[in-house]
Amino acid sequence: MKLAWWKILCIVLLVYTVIGGLLLSVPRLPILNESIRNLYFHVPMWFGMLAIMFMSVVYSIRYLQKSDPKLDDFAVSAAHTGILFGLLGLATGMAWARYTWGDWWVNDPKLNGAAIGMLIYSAYVVLRNSLEDEQQRARISAIYNIFAFSTLVPLLFILPRLTDSLHPGNGGNPGFSSYDLDNKMRLVFYPAVIGWMLLGVWITQVSYRVKAWQRRREEVGTTKAVVHSR
Amino acid sequence: MGLIQEIQSLIYKEILLEWRQRYALNGMLLYIVSTVLICYMSFNLRGSAMNPPTWNTVYWIILLFTSVNAVAKSFMQERYGRFIYYYTLVSPQGIILSKIVYNSLLMLLLALVGYGFYSLMLSNPVQDHLLFLCSILLGAIGFSTTLTMVSGIASKAGNNSVLMAILSFPVIIPMLLMLMKVSKNAMDGLDRASSSDEILTLLAINAIVVSLSYVLFPYLWRS
Repeated sequence: MKLAWWKILCIVLLVYTVIGGLLLSVPRLPILNESIRNLYFHVPMWFGMLAIMFMSVVYSIRYLQKSDPKLDDFAVSAAHTGILFGLLGLATGMAWARYTWGDWWVNDPKLNGAAIGMLIYSAYVVLRNSLEDEQQRARISAIYNIFAFSTLVPLLFILPRLTDSLHPGNGGNPGFSSYDLDNKMRLVFYPAVIGWMLLGVWITQVSYRVKAWQRRREEVGTTKAVVHSR
Repeated sequence: MGLIQEIQSLIYKEILLEWRQRYALNGMLLYIVSTVLICYMSFNLRGSAMNPPTWNTVYWIILLFTSVNAVAKSFMQERYGRFIYYYTLVSPQGIILSKIVYNSLLMLLLALVGYGFYSLMLSNPVQDHLLFLCSILLGAIGFSTTLTMVSGIASKAGNNSVLMAILSFPVIIPMLLMLMKVSKNAMDGLDRASSSDEILTLLAINAIVVSLSYVLFPYLWRS
């Protein structure tokens, strides 16, 4: 089995993230305590989700330009991976919120933004399932993907900055980077972000290949049926 | 035929169609009136008056549902054959822009009637009326721009009203939150400068949505 260089890099970085993230020393902060290690898992999920959803939108735009079903397959695979990352981000975030803020869910613009993002992509999946014709499905879901993503961006980046929030990085609360993300943590955090993003691309590629294989099998199946009927 | 002229004649056509079959417009007016009545009765049953934040929230939620229902029919009303006829006559940009303008006018009418009746039934705690009306104007335009495009998408997927709701709600939430904030400021009679951020963001979101519809609708139209 031969792996592309970036897949090897992904494995190395993630192994390093898990081992280094759990064993290397972290700053001792009140309330956060050891849960600060979640930074290596929770934050990269959101980075990964946004990067992969952006990829999905790019492929949707390319689909509208070229009408190649492969591009659509890729956009869907990326959207699915994005949903997976979003759910994992929510799970890690909720566990973290439980132990630091004392509740599973707090009324916070960033959390609500994440929930809405999930709703949008679930609606995208439902929309796809409701359309029968393959070409129409690809085209219309690509349109919705572009439309929804562009309205999601102001939601995630502008709205939280206008309101107060418990979440680091907005509403007067500085981001982690300004004072608590010290140099030791950066040593694990940046590799973790890259590692998780690469994993997302990898998952997307695998699911895209499964789709391509199914498509080819269907085509072969129909040609066989035609040959047999003769 | 220039784009402006095209849009003008299409809007004229929409208004004429609406006027000829008044049941749709009357239906929407009745919808908002009866919803307000339901709210009035159910809140009175509790024996207590609504506090101002609830008043605001309930008004916007009524408006949200009304607009989903009112705009959803903008593509459903048209018969299939008529679309092919339009296809030969006008540009897709003309269609979507005229629908947006027409729906904004319709929503503005519905929102104002709703506002009047709502304040009649459930009293009116608003202090800065001009700002509140401004938020209603922004809301009517914002809802109709977003919903027009979504109803175009939903109409391609078999005019499913559930689909219309699930596709539009997540997209419209940021707008709704911002509007509620502006109208809350208006109710409390805060200084107008304190809501300028929200108003600017709303205008920016509207601009994004209109330009996206302008770019994307031709692709939707072609299929």
